[in-house]
Amino acid sequence: MSTQFPVTAAPSLQDEKPTAPLMRKKRVSGASRVEHWLYLAPALIVLIALLGYPLYQLINMSLYDYRQAQVSGSAPLVFTGLENYRILMGDPEFWTVLRDTVIFASACVVLTLLVGGALAVFASRLRPWVRTVLFAVSLGAWATPAVTGSAVWLFLFDSTQGLINKVLIGVGLSGFNDFSWTYEKWTAFGLVASEVVWCSFPFVMVTLYAGIQAVPTETIEAARLDGASLPRIFYSIMLPMLRPIVIIITIQSIIWNFKVFSQIYVMTNGGGIAGQNMVLNVYSYQQAFAASLYGLGSAIGVIMTLILLVVTLVYLRLLKRNGEVL
Amino acid sequence: MTTLETSIKAPIAAPARQRTPSTKKPPKNIGVNLIGVIIAAVVAFPLYWMVLSALKPKTALDAGDSTPWTLTPSLDSFARVLSVNNFGQYFMNSLIVALSVVVLSTALAFLAAVALTRYTFKMRTKLLIIILVAQMVPIEALTIPLFFLFKGFGDAIPAIGLNHLGSLILVHMGFSIPFAIWMLRGFVAAVPIELEEAAKLDGASSFRFVRSVLFPLVAPGVVACSVFSFISTWNDFLFAKTFIISAQENSTMPMALLTFFKPDQNDWGAIMAGSVIMTIPVLIFFIAVQRKLVSGLAGAVKG
Repeated sequence: MSTQFPVTAAPSLQDEKPTAPLMRKKRVSGASRVEHWLYLAPALIVLIALLGYPLYQLINMSLYDYRQAQVSGSAPLVFTGLENYRILMGDPEFWTVLRDTVIFASACVVLTLLVGGALAVFASRLRPWVRTVLFAVSLGAWATPAVTGSAVWLFLFDSTQGLINKVLIGVGLSGFNDFSWTYEKWTAFGLVASEVVWCSFPFVMVTLYAGIQAVPTETIEAARLDGASLPRIFYSIMLPMLRPIVIIITIQSIIWNFKVFSQIYVMTNGGGIAGQNMVLNVYSYQQAFAASLYGLGSAIGVIMTLILLVVTLVYLRLLKRNGEVL
Repeated sequence: MTTLETSIKAPIAAPARQRTPSTKKPPKNIGVNLIGVIIAAVVAFPLYWMVLSALKPKTALDAGDSTPWTLTPSLDSFARVLSVNNFGQYFMNSLIVALSVVVLSTALAFLAAVALTRYTFKMRTKLLIIILVAQMVPIEALTIPLFFLFKGFGDAIPAIGLNHLGSLILVHMGFSIPFAIWMLRGFVAAVPIELEEAAKLDGASSFRFVRSVLFPLVAPGVVACSVFSFISTWNDFLFAKTFIISAQENSTMPMALLTFFKPDQNDWGAIMAGSVIMTIPVLIFFIAVQRKLVSGLAGAVKG
């Protein structure tokens, strides 16, 4: 098929090979001196070309006045320094989007952890076949592509044909006749959050459940004999022992939920009515590709990257404190 | 730490093995189990509703029929999807992109994981941290520079430029590799060093050892990691939307699905049928490797 091609074509753009630093290393026998760099090279070249270089370009572009005219070459490219950032800082819309992103992401994280955590504890009290069923359907939710998951939830909450409205009307809440869940800002965010929680709690549940199984039974038995209640056992014994796992899933959830794009884009049709359901991600995308403000869009992207970088650094610190070795 | 690791590798969906005889005998409380079944039903419901609505005749859906079953299943919606919008072509495109990404990124990540676990060298820890951080980079933020990068690629080699599947394959390789390395690292590290020494004594070259001994041994990890690459590529909506602008014939499924969304007159039957077609391959892959999943995740974060 003509669309398939050797991907090694890309590396030709990148002629720097990171072999140099090792040459200085002594005490390494001739053959094994470069061996590991040979194994590393292909992956590193792809990563430099497709992650490193674009990241550099993102920062670079955010410092220019880069719009449609500059892309087509009809206007000169002007270095404007931090002008794009200044525009953003003075734009109330940016602050609204930032605030909404934090609220939306936090809500998703908290709900995902609560639902996943509660079900992980609950699952250990179930009969094996019930638990197998619960895990199987949860894996189904987890595996569902974001776009199709969004489509199904949108259908369930459709104003006229959706099942949810019909059921609500059926139980006597006539106010839901033709009620549009995507019209109001926070019902729309709520709807998206429900879908996000639905497809991301299984990760938390499965990981935590595996962790709970690893907690020594003797400890729990002892606590139970001492008369500790189930929530007490959870908070005072399991949670401290599960700390490393809890940190990992929390940080992962923060990172994932901060980056939600498809669900917002599909369910609110590109950011909601008059952009009321924008999160940073969608905002950056729309500024760049809908408004052709590539410089401004890049600046938003940089801000987002910085926020996630801080989260990641916290993650690394916590891992280190837990004595993880890299 | 070791106990945590070993038990985390136990299959998740069949935890009732006699691994720890004294433990957690499931209480015979019917109420608790009933709630468990109800929760499972709630979680499964959106997927059930998707399949059901795809099978309902269009007339029933349009009439607002919301009975939770159908006595007259029809494949009309599937026929509509496949004929009207060239869904078959999009399905193939998605498959080509996803499978290419799986093969290429897993191969490169495996080799990199070997270098990062079985060799000690100065930059090792630094590289590992860089790779971990690379995972966190919001790929959506990189869409803008990547768009221009691939525009440039296209001027040189059209096959990897915008509007071609090559651009999607490359871009997803970039995003799959960091996680794949991180995940495979745990599996590669678990292979005892004695095996390598034995292979060396038998005169095998390093590459021979990696290919004929190491690779088969870490195959489970490779499978799990492939599934992750497959799913993230298969599900991609952002890059398909950004990169495939004018060449409709090179579009992928998420984009095709969106063409059914029309303000106020959505053809829900077709949307659900398209969703079913798109979800099934992922579901099959997921179920096939779900046992490896948790151990893979554990390997990815510990190792």
